[in-house]
Amino acid sequence: MKELLLTPLHEEHLKLKARMIPFDGFDMPVQYTSIIEEHFAVREKVGIFDVSHMGEIELHGKDALSFTDYIVTNSVMKMKNGDIKYSPMCYPSGGQVDDLFIYKIKDDFVLLVVNASPNYSAKDFDWISQHKNGFDVEISNRSSAYGEVAVQGPVSKKLIETLVKLEGGIPLKELKRFKCTHGDFWGRKILISHTGYTGEDGFEIFSDEKDIVGIWDSILEEGKKFGIKPCGLGTRDTTRFEVCYWLYGNDIDETINPLESGQGWTVKLDKDKFIGKEALLKIKEWGISRRLVGLYIPTGGIPRHKMDVKKYGEKIGYVTSGNYCPSLKKVYAMAILDIPFTEKGSRVDVAIRNRDVEAEVVDMPFVKPINKR
Amino acid sequence: MYPKELKYTKTHEWARGDNGFITVGITSFATEELSDVVYVELPSEGGKVEKGSSFATLESVKAVSEVYSPVSGEIHRVNHKLQKHPELLNKDCYGEGWIISVIPVEAEELNSLMNAEEYQRFAEESSKI
Repeated sequence: MKELLLTPLHEEHLKLKARMIPFDGFDMPVQYTSIIEEHFAVREKVGIFDVSHMGEIELHGKDALSFTDYIVTNSVMKMKNGDIKYSPMCYPSGGQVDDLFIYKIKDDFVLLVVNASPNYSAKDFDWISQHKNGFDVEISNRSSAYGEVAVQGPVSKKLIETLVKLEGGIPLKELKRFKCTHGDFWGRKILISHTGYTGEDGFEIFSDEKDIVGIWDSILEEGKKFGIKPCGLGTRDTTRFEVCYWLYGNDIDETINPLESGQGWTVKLDKDKFIGKEALLKIKEWGISRRLVGLYIPTGGIPRHKMDVKKYGEKIGYVTSGNYCPSLKKVYAMAILDIPFTEKGSRVDVAIRNRDVEAEVVDMPFVKPINKR
Repeated sequence: MYPKELKYTKTHEWARGDNGFITVGITSFATEELSDVVYVELPSEGGKVEKGSSFATLESVKAVSEVYSPVSGEIHRVNHKLQKHPELLNKDCYGEGWIISVIPVEAEELNSLMNAEEYQRFAEESSKI
């Protein structure tokens, strides 16, 4: 049996009596009290997540930014220091190696935040290293050196602004969305970004892995008066799912390209050169044959990853993610379906266990994320 | 810890004799495991149940669970409130969270089930695994 890795916050989860499960090679908390309670803490107050399992790959050198521009589909050359961008990273086929966040720290230092290590960060690191292709850049997998927490919810700013001092003395409220900066959290050095995976306002705080326990404890203590709750993977999934953020391994993977998933806005085909450009140009020219859509399921259970979607008894696609949406008290799914069946209002059937359950194609997202409210 | 007047199965259901009918539900051990139940698949009145066979499905955010009948017989009543309020299972599993009431083929089947003390020991052993 392969041993599970532990994040630096593992003891804290056990102290809080979290229910633990294996996730991407780590022993992670799925819930502390109830997934639904934790979900509403994030939507209405503030929640804190251990996201130390995420991977951090550092690129140092003269070509850090131009190398990044070569390996991802999005355009990064005009990024300023402190800017953050989201992008898929594609295979030559157009399928995805991973989706990731690009943090431009300095002209010669780019931080890539990738999906959970070791499974993905090792895979991403290997892929990136193999494609260095003469760029003047040093690539290192620094995942185990970082600890990370995500603090998410309408009062997250109020809570965090009392706890951090940002570089240059700027107040937290001036750190705009998709921006990062260095700072100090009660004597500990941090990198803080105005980002998150829940659709609420929030921040992600990176520190040296030996400092993250103190940061977690302080946030939980100071957050008491704001109604803070520790939140697990269950709520990480319900919150991201309601706003239809992609989950690599479910909604996107090596077989799903960013043009059929709805990530098209991150694919800059006018860039001179990047891995996957040829394939994606062809796919754009010939048209996609299937598309990721939202499904509403009035009753009959929760569709889960890989369940078939059918029409008149024939398979026309499959479910990528399905969930109960606590904010809506309804069940939805994301599914990749053949184009003819993807119009809004289209009726299809989802094979849930051994029954065909009725579903309807609906707009995404199911709940509007903060930047769309 | 578990109500003394009820009988219990190894699959964490409880059964209660009620004027000739047998009321069936799931125990707090099961609801703890399941956590937030969000969907229930219930049978219909008049349907048949068999001791040890699944008659309902409970779905939580992260898991699906079958409910097994402690007795054989015909379904007399179904708690349809659970359709709109599956959280009753988590809130009041021995009361308002009852699932079905059965006309048993043989009322004596109840005697072969565990009592509260035996179930307590069984539940404690199960947690240790």
